[in-house]
Amino acid sequence: MIEITVNGKRRTIAAGATLGDLLRALDLDARWVVAELNGEPLEKGRMTSVVLASGDSLELVRAVAGG
Amino acid sequence: MQAPETRTARDPLVIAGRAISSRLLVGTGKFTSPEVMAEALDASGAEIVTVALRRVDLDSREPNLLEFIDRERYLLLPNTSGAESAEEAVRLARLARAAGLSDWIKLEVTPDPKWLLPDPVETLRAAEMLVKEGFTVLPYIGADPVLARRLEEAGAATVMPLGSPIGSSRGLKTRDAVAIIVEQAGVPVVVDAGLGAPSHAAEAMELGADAVLINTAIAVARDPVQMARGFRLAVEAGRAGYLAGAAGPRERAEASSPLTGFLGEGG
Repeated sequence: MIEITVNGKRRTIAAGATLGDLLRALDLDARWVVAELNGEPLEKGRMTSVVLASGDSLELVRAVAGG
Repeated sequence: MQAPETRTARDPLVIAGRAISSRLLVGTGKFTSPEVMAEALDASGAEIVTVALRRVDLDSREPNLLEFIDRERYLLLPNTSGAESAEEAVRLARLARAAGLSDWIKLEVTPDPKWLLPDPVETLRAAEMLVKEGFTVLPYIGADPVLARRLEEAGAATVMPLGSPIGSSRGLKTRDAVAIIVEQAGVPVVVDAGLGAPSHAAEAMELGADAVLINTAIAVARDPVQMARGFRLAVEAGRAGYLAGAAGPRERAEASSPLTGFLGEGG
């Protein structure tokens, strides 16, 4: 198991887990989620296949209503 | 008689080389439900609709906004709301682009939570960075004609001066400054905030604004769908008035009917 930070909170995930695995575990539909890994935005196409590493800081963002 | 489509096609709003079918841009915030929002967007006739980016709340399930916005029909305009510095705005813009939302960005940098007035220095700095990175930048600004010029020189695709503070519904309090911006601008001028009633939107359009962006006034109306329609008509009315060229006020009365040939007039 490894520890990462997701939206400011620590979280333990399996070593070798991808972002896609994490989104499934969080019950989030990858179609609607945008991710920033260690300050760098992840391109939509390759987002779910990115393998997470110990100490990674992940921001999960999405479009919400706004003016 | 021309069909309305033909007239629109002859007078399109062009932003960054793209013809936009409606001069009314609509925000998606504050609606009571995504269903009402979708219906109001439809009634507004808008092509450009704004969205914000926020952290996913991992502890609750909310409906996904984008499921209610037909991307074939609407051009999404993500905003950088929440940004208090140029760097934060750029970060949000990059996220929006990576997410495939858009490389058009409504740039707003509003560090002051009370008035939500845009920071001119950070906005200009962010615009310069974003233009360099290939974004189409639509900056929200105070109604400052000098800043508008500077942003245009920096490569902004529009300038979006406020009518009055965001969400205040006070109308076009910046009328004189917006008139100067309109007179100077080589890019479309979109009056962005504070327009609270269709008449305010018509006033801005008559003054020569190229478009208006409305959110609160539609979203919090008792009947948002009807209000969206009201704004659509007002924007069209104001634009027609502007294109037609108003005669302007006169000091004295000037009869509209002939002043001769009255019945019973002497020889």
